[in-house]
Amino acid sequence: MFQSVLKSYRIVKKLKPFTTTFPSICRGIHMTPIFRHGEYEWQDPRSEDEVVNIVYIDKDGNKTKVRGKVGDNVLYLAHRYEIPMEGACEASLACTTCHVYVPPEYFDKLPPSEEKEDDLLDMAPFLKENSRLGCQITLTKDMEGLEVQLPQATRNFYVDGHKPKPH
Amino acid sequence: MSYKLIKRLFSSSPYKKCPQVCIVGAGPAGFYAAMHLTKKLEAVNIDILEKLPVPFGLIRYGVAPDHPEVKNVINQFTKVAQQANVNFYGNITLGKDVHLEQLRQNYDAVLLTYGAEEDKLLGIENEDASNVFAARNFVGWYNGLPADKDLKIDLSCNTAAILGQGNVALDVARILLTPIDELTKTDITEHSLSVLSESKLKEIYLVGRRGPLQVAFTIKELREQLKLKNCRTIWNEKDFQDVEKIVPSLPRPRKRLTELMLKSVNEKQTIVDDPNIKYFKPKFFRSPNKFLVDDKKQLAGIELTCNILVGDNLESQKCVPTDEKEILNCDLAFRSIGYKSVKADKDLTLKQGCIPNDKGVVEDASSDLAKLYVAGWLGTGPVGVILHTMGNAFQVAKVMCEDLGKLSNTQTKAGFEEVKKTIAQNNGNVIDWTGWERIDTYEVENGKKIGKPREKICDVEKMIEVAKA
Repeated sequence: MFQSVLKSYRIVKKLKPFTTTFPSICRGIHMTPIFRHGEYEWQDPRSEDEVVNIVYIDKDGNKTKVRGKVGDNVLYLAHRYEIPMEGACEASLACTTCHVYVPPEYFDKLPPSEEKEDDLLDMAPFLKENSRLGCQITLTKDMEGLEVQLPQATRNFYVDGHKPKPH
Repeated sequence: MSYKLIKRLFSSSPYKKCPQVCIVGAGPAGFYAAMHLTKKLEAVNIDILEKLPVPFGLIRYGVAPDHPEVKNVINQFTKVAQQANVNFYGNITLGKDVHLEQLRQNYDAVLLTYGAEEDKLLGIENEDASNVFAARNFVGWYNGLPADKDLKIDLSCNTAAILGQGNVALDVARILLTPIDELTKTDITEHSLSVLSESKLKEIYLVGRRGPLQVAFTIKELREQLKLKNCRTIWNEKDFQDVEKIVPSLPRPRKRLTELMLKSVNEKQTIVDDPNIKYFKPKFFRSPNKFLVDDKKQLAGIELTCNILVGDNLESQKCVPTDEKEILNCDLAFRSIGYKSVKADKDLTLKQGCIPNDKGVVEDASSDLAKLYVAGWLGTGPVGVILHTMGNAFQVAKVMCEDLGKLSNTQTKAGFEEVKKTIAQNNGNVIDWTGWERIDTYEVENGKKIGKPREKICDVEKMIEVAKA
């Protein structure tokens, strides 16, 4: 009896996070993201199977290696490791303060951005073809080695004559 | 026991030995700068002075009530204010309760972030007619800004015109066109809700000097407007002549925005015989020439000058007036053509509505006084979304960090200890963070009673009363 309970507990534990087991389903049915507030990102990976190593590059080019895990949100993971990524609206898709660049080879692996995210990105200075909002990126095993770069997002640069490049 | 209370117990403490920074204006620029300073400096004491008894500036009084997500940033600002080395002092007016010179004598650095509170005038005939408003005052009215709470607006008419095509203009249009049931769930003020619920407005024109390729609003706001329940958007198809051809060559944001407009144009929405339907009518290539009034100086219409565009760069084409004029009949008008900052203190010099600065540093000859900095709209002009203000505030704060690092430790400034003596002579009602927390609780509780997230107190006296209770 005890054994079987333990076994099922292990199975349940393995199933978490839900998204990793059924990524394709989740994408297909457009699950509303669950707005955690970063508590999950403070949990260390439970096993090597879960680990996703990524790198944050700040606006000055400094790299921070982070040992994340499957299911981590790129914004909240950044907060845990004190990467200067803001997230003013707390991942509710109302601002662009977690704007990042994703290298092309990883960009294609991400679920495509929704209209709302694209609308916000349009307002972000230094928008590039590979721009995304960090709060909309959830780590999967596919993203091992991902390097996300933070833009030099200040208005003064804008005033100094910067013009976003057309695509 | 609150943070502030614990702090007060140790008030004779080590703070005087660290740099004393004064920030004037508790809006996003002020809070983001404070956030950066407390993160980057090991020891610093920051006093944030605010004209109103309550913090958060345009987050509280500018962001539309139907955009509650945007206000989440308040949670981060609250964390900043709760730090032991950050103080909020509300209900203090720069230039009245305390002068800039006194602040610069008693602090190591003074950062001005008091924004752009005055609206720009069109400078045309009859601008003072009744039922002609600054969009800004209307926003202040529905958001509960004390100065705008008594706005006398008459919504018993059929047609309104908004002059300007930015996001504020769209906010005004959306609030006027949104079905009232949807607004009652927001933190919009009760006084405006009762006026809006009686509104007879059927159509709103959004008038712009230039064309569809030069609109200043952003796609998120336009999409909201186009999706609004019981509202149809009527475009003038002719305004979009040749626009489609240009779309592929536009930069992404402008391209997506124009595509969205074209999609809506191609839907060819029309006037229908349904009293519940309202109309949103963008109007391009028109500049207001003068307001037309009746014998009681009530607004009756606007005389518009028709413009043509010149210049090769499509996005920055200039408009040139023609001889052609047109009358737009309307009984209510809003000008929404931007803001400018006020000269809060006699020692300040403003140029084109902001304080001239070099990366946030305000250059002046008073070397014996603390260095003066400016961030946010007061320094950059009133443009951009919160991200821009954040970036600017961080950048200015970075410069401040470098400068403060160079300060010799021998000089210790008295900070608020000294300044408060002057303030007390003029004003006995300084509101601290605990006071704001009382106001906050009071507002949330009052909101709960009527099914709203908050019911704001719109009266400064009342705010003080609640804060001091």
